[in-house]
Amino acid sequence: MAKLNKTHPARFLVISALAALLMFTGNPGMAAIERSPATADHTKFKALKGPFETASQVTEACLECHTEAAGQIKATTHWTWLYQHKETGQTLGKNKVINSFCGMAVTNEPRCTSCHVGYGWKDMNEPPPEADSAVDCLVCHDTTGDYWKFPTLAGGPTYIPREWPKGSGKMVQPPDLPNIAQNVGATGRANCGSCHFYGGGGDGVKHGDLDSSLVSPDRSLDVHMSPDGANFSCSDCHSTWGHSVSGSRYQVNAKDTLGIDIPGHTDLSRASCESCHGPAPHEKEKLNDHVNKVACQTCHVPAFARGGVPTKMWWDWSTAGELDENSKPIATYDADGHVSYLSEKGDFRHGENVVPYYAWFDGTVEYTMVEDQFDIDNPPLEINRLDGEPNDPGSRIWPFKLMQGKQPFDTEYKTLLATHVFGADDSSLWSNYNWPKALKFASEKSGLPFSGNFDFIETRMYWPITHMVPTADQALRCSACHTAESRLAGLGGIYMPGHSSNVWLDRIGWLVVALTLAGVVLHALARVVFSKRKQS
Amino acid sequence: MNRVMIFKRFERFWHWFQALLIFSLLITGFEIHGSYSLLGFGDATRLHTIAAWSLIVLWLFAIFWHITTGEWRQYVPTRDGLFAVMHYYLIGTFTGAKHPYRKTSKAKHNPLQRLAYLFFKLVISPIIWVSGLLYLFYNDWPAVLAGALNLETVALVHTAAAFAMLVFIIAHVYMTTMGHTLTSHIKPMVTGYEELDEPAKKP
Repeated sequence: MAKLNKTHPARFLVISALAALLMFTGNPGMAAIERSPATADHTKFKALKGPFETASQVTEACLECHTEAAGQIKATTHWTWLYQHKETGQTLGKNKVINSFCGMAVTNEPRCTSCHVGYGWKDMNEPPPEADSAVDCLVCHDTTGDYWKFPTLAGGPTYIPREWPKGSGKMVQPPDLPNIAQNVGATGRANCGSCHFYGGGGDGVKHGDLDSSLVSPDRSLDVHMSPDGANFSCSDCHSTWGHSVSGSRYQVNAKDTLGIDIPGHTDLSRASCESCHGPAPHEKEKLNDHVNKVACQTCHVPAFARGGVPTKMWWDWSTAGELDENSKPIATYDADGHVSYLSEKGDFRHGENVVPYYAWFDGTVEYTMVEDQFDIDNPPLEINRLDGEPNDPGSRIWPFKLMQGKQPFDTEYKTLLATHVFGADDSSLWSNYNWPKALKFASEKSGLPFSGNFDFIETRMYWPITHMVPTADQALRCSACHTAESRLAGLGGIYMPGHSSNVWLDRIGWLVVALTLAGVVLHALARVVFSKRKQS
Repeated sequence: MNRVMIFKRFERFWHWFQALLIFSLLITGFEIHGSYSLLGFGDATRLHTIAAWSLIVLWLFAIFWHITTGEWRQYVPTRDGLFAVMHYYLIGTFTGAKHPYRKTSKAKHNPLQRLAYLFFKLVISPIIWVSGLLYLFYNDWPAVLAGALNLETVALVHTAAAFAMLVFIIAHVYMTTMGHTLTSHIKPMVTGYEELDEPAKKP
């Protein structure tokens, strides 16, 4: 017996193999990401005790230790609002592009630039303020939730109690800057979200897959960001390099062939699913066979705007400006309680749980710039165009929010127009509901040409969908696409079993089957008839 | 007349298992094709793949069996008596004529059966096999193949062969009812034995 108790090498192997098996068969689950403790306690820094008159003074204090931070920020798109597209050569960025929401940022500065990562950019004809102290550290690094860039102050918080929204009676109090400064930390979802969730003028308006529901989502809304899931902050995927954030909507990494991100081997950007999940993440091989043509998001984001916040799907500016009998602006609401008309903005349609629009996409987006002439006789005009095609190995099928609506254009110059919607002056659309006046002012202020003649044209714009990934069991079933009423119907360039077929093969095939059956039935009937005759 | 073993145990197993697999493949296959919705595309695909691999393994055994037992000779085509058999099915069966073919255990298929089964074995099945495997391994095609062929063509050929298979099955099942009685052709495929004009042999 003693002999048996000795650890035999073979036995050891068997036991270890069993233990290993047990380890792998147990569901590893998903634990919230753990973070290393900080090396500095900011409450202990004298420079952060305050008092601070302005947020700029906090920035000055930050820069005493973080000497390179302001320079780094000023080199990023978050600061310049300019993006030089390597593929198309277009100069993009908020400074240049027009969209189908409020048009362009230019001439609407104190409102639009309230999301600039700095203070005091009041005229977009000029570059942002030069002083290092104009950089806003707190919008990204506040952990208290008390810091808020007031929507009409060109990037700064309010230093006096101010009403917002206008006419609501709710007062926004000045932030407790010393407390905020002493509690700075790594960026979280709420930091990025304070601008990116509210693009287009309100919660969820612009993107469809980014809204305030992602501050603390369920696993069924976003398994990565959920506190019950991985509890990722945005920067866990949008990894940074000297304050420059990876992941771009202008040049999307539509097919990450580098796979799992390994230091020293890859690009150190985790802004793609493959960066963590690799190029063949499914247990079922047939699913892995899809990844060359189908983006992860196509199956794993079954619908967007799922968190209870609607997103705008249609925005018709041409109807803006109608007033009631007392010359007061009108607001109407649809059956779901979403605003459907505002005198300031025109007609809207909102959507929740929206099935995306699908298109072949290689990651490159081309823009119709405000000075580009276009064919005004064939609407809708595409504000941005998606590059990519079925036979291109770099293209995959991607989901998009398709934003539609009508916006003003110059009937003579055949170009889109800058729109001056916001401003304390008497020319802005939202103060006097007069389009010609607002367009003229926008042209004079921005230097963009306007003939004086305008009309409205239907436009469409594509917004890539990549967030709001639920647990894997909520991914699309095969039959979402492999069926007659396929989600990908009309996409073209691909043979999809269950959806695609050759009409003539089916017709001939079933005809031959029917003829065979008919022949068999006739033969059988004849046998019955003749056998009866013989009997009688 | 003697009771003669005409379909041996493996042959019967092969036949009925193959029948089960082919029915499964047809039902799931036409669902994958989009003709109707029954199990759902995902489950249909999984079942179709399992049944296909099972059929391939079964066929490997069957080929081995045909070669080693010499049973492949049963399928060598002949024109001798072919037209008599065709004449019987088209006319004789109604006028009360006797079946012109005398079955023996060495030649258990009539000339028309030989042709039909040979077509099944050498044309329909190989086309389904090859196109099916190409379909299944579409993503792993070598570059040479990917340049010359596309999934649509493969799917087209596979579907066409499936139609041929369906037509074969309909005709085949009907023909089995054309013995002395409705089931007299089917019984031997179940029990293995048939009453024949030849001396009884040990199985």
